[in-house]
Amino acid sequence: MLRVIEYIGSLIIKFADETGRILILLFSTLKQMILPPYEIRNIIKQMLEIGVMSVPVVLITAIFTGMVLALQTYTGFKRFGAESLVGSVVALSMTREMGPVLTGLIVTGRAGAAMAAELGTMRVTEQIDALETLATNPVKYLIVPRFLSGALMLPALTVLSDIIGIIGGYIITVGLFGASSAQYWRRVWDYLELEDIYNGLIKACFFGASIALISCYKGFYTSGGAEGVGKATTGAVVLSFMTILISDYFLSAWLFK
Amino acid sequence: MIRIVNVHKTFGANHVLRGVNLEIKKGESMVVIGGSGSGKSVLIKHIIGILKPDSGDIFVDNINIVNLKETELNKIRKKFGMLFQGAALFDSLRVWENVGFSLLRERTYSEKEVRRIASEKLRLVGLAGVEDLMPSELSGGMKKRVGLARAIAHNPEILLYDEPTTGLDPIMADAINDLIIEMREKLSVTSVTITHDMQSAYKIADRIAMLYEGKIIEVGTPDEIKQTENPIVRQFITGSAAGPIRIEGVTA
Ligand SMILES: Nc1ncnc2c1ncn2[C@@H]1O[C@H](COP(=O)(O)OP(=O)(O)O)[C@@H](O)[C@H]1O
Ligand SMILES: [Mg+2]
Repeated sequence: MLRVIEYIGSLIIKFADETGRILILLFSTLKQMILPPYEIRNIIKQMLEIGVMSVPVVLITAIFTGMVLALQTYTGFKRFGAESLVGSVVALSMTREMGPVLTGLIVTGRAGAAMAAELGTMRVTEQIDALETLATNPVKYLIVPRFLSGALMLPALTVLSDIIGIIGGYIITVGLFGASSAQYWRRVWDYLELEDIYNGLIKACFFGASIALISCYKGFYTSGGAEGVGKATTGAVVLSFMTILISDYFLSAWLFK
Repeated sequence: MIRIVNVHKTFGANHVLRGVNLEIKKGESMVVIGGSGSGKSVLIKHIIGILKPDSGDIFVDNINIVNLKETELNKIRKKFGMLFQGAALFDSLRVWENVGFSLLRERTYSEKEVRRIASEKLRLVGLAGVEDLMPSELSGGMKKRVGLARAIAHNPEILLYDEPTTGLDPIMADAINDLIIEMREKLSVTSVTITHDMQSAYKIADRIAMLYEGKIIEVGTPDEIKQTENPIVRQFITGSAAGPIRIEGVTA
């Protein structure tokens, strides 16, 4: 019994310790972000890396998500004669929930893992130390551009995902089930409010910043050679996934009243 | 020029530096020897302020760097150039961008000028025509040379070498030794080299210091070190497994 309590206690301490260290890194990131000079070149490079490179996966995921939403809703709602509402369901689900969350998970797998692995490798091969000897702040040079790109590119990818998801729903509703095209679009616009879209984007921005911060944190504090880099990468993905899914609940409860 | 006073450093339960005292004079070549894991890299990283001591002071040109703000510390760092054990070249940048890294960031020179300076520094370390290669395309010895070119790019007064010959074949190692001597003659720099390669130590050192159990236990010229009475130093320089030095994890 004592063992169990001890174990739980140690987990809590570890969690609090890690949260504290991530917050400290967040503050120094924000500080370095404000102080000139600005890393314009690195920011653009990271935006391409995180944003543009993720476009194909986001497109494929979004179109299939929209399609399956339409498929399930259409066949399900048909039972009580409400199949005309498919457009609304797809639009609301995509913008409020599926768009930001799925894009967040994809970006974690692609970019978050890459950030942790890259920074982890730089740590264990002393490249981060080398930056300091060359009078370059590693947080400014490495973390700020990734943090900014995460916070900016995730909403951008989410917009794309929302649009493509709704088109996916259209393909199934109109193409497969032969429902009226005009009605689908009318239903999309009937209940969709601007608030749904931008609250979704606020979530996406939060997810993007979290993914970048967590992944950079894991990479930046890697120790223990190649094995350590592997652990940092896995840790970054797991912690980012959990952060997205847990914070999604609380953000949704707060934003969508 | 550099004065290390009673420096202590602990990582968790690992008390690595236990009161290190060492003075390095202007223009001299100091070599610090010691076993693997004895804290040599930790010591050299304190000199350039990458690591901060738990207690003790480090003076560079009579300025205590221990509690300096980042901007002040960066000014001091410009006096230094450091060659890392694995060269620590930036994987994502070309050779010339690595060499010209600090110059590119200062923006005092145009890219074209930085490239020219990088080529010049590369020639100084015996390399030509590698400017546009990526670090992954270089051999171990070439990486060290590029690392050295990067370290001297901003004309430092002090060069720090972390195990410059480790992991190289004997001929390449000797070529690096020659290069270290050449840097000193051509650029009249002060240098601190860390190594466990005694041949290299004798060749490049004005003075040799031995780090053992977190302290400097002896300092002297190569001749003095060769004739030391200290059994620990004696065992280390002759490379014998039998003697007072405990080998970690091995019981006698
Ligand atoms: N950043 C660090 N965090 C924790 N322990 C470290 C760190 N750097 C070095 N150490 C530990 O300090 C000891 C000395 O390491 P080091 O100075 O690299 O040895 P060496 O003399 O071979 O260069 C080792 O036990 C190492 O594990
Ligand atoms: Mg070392």
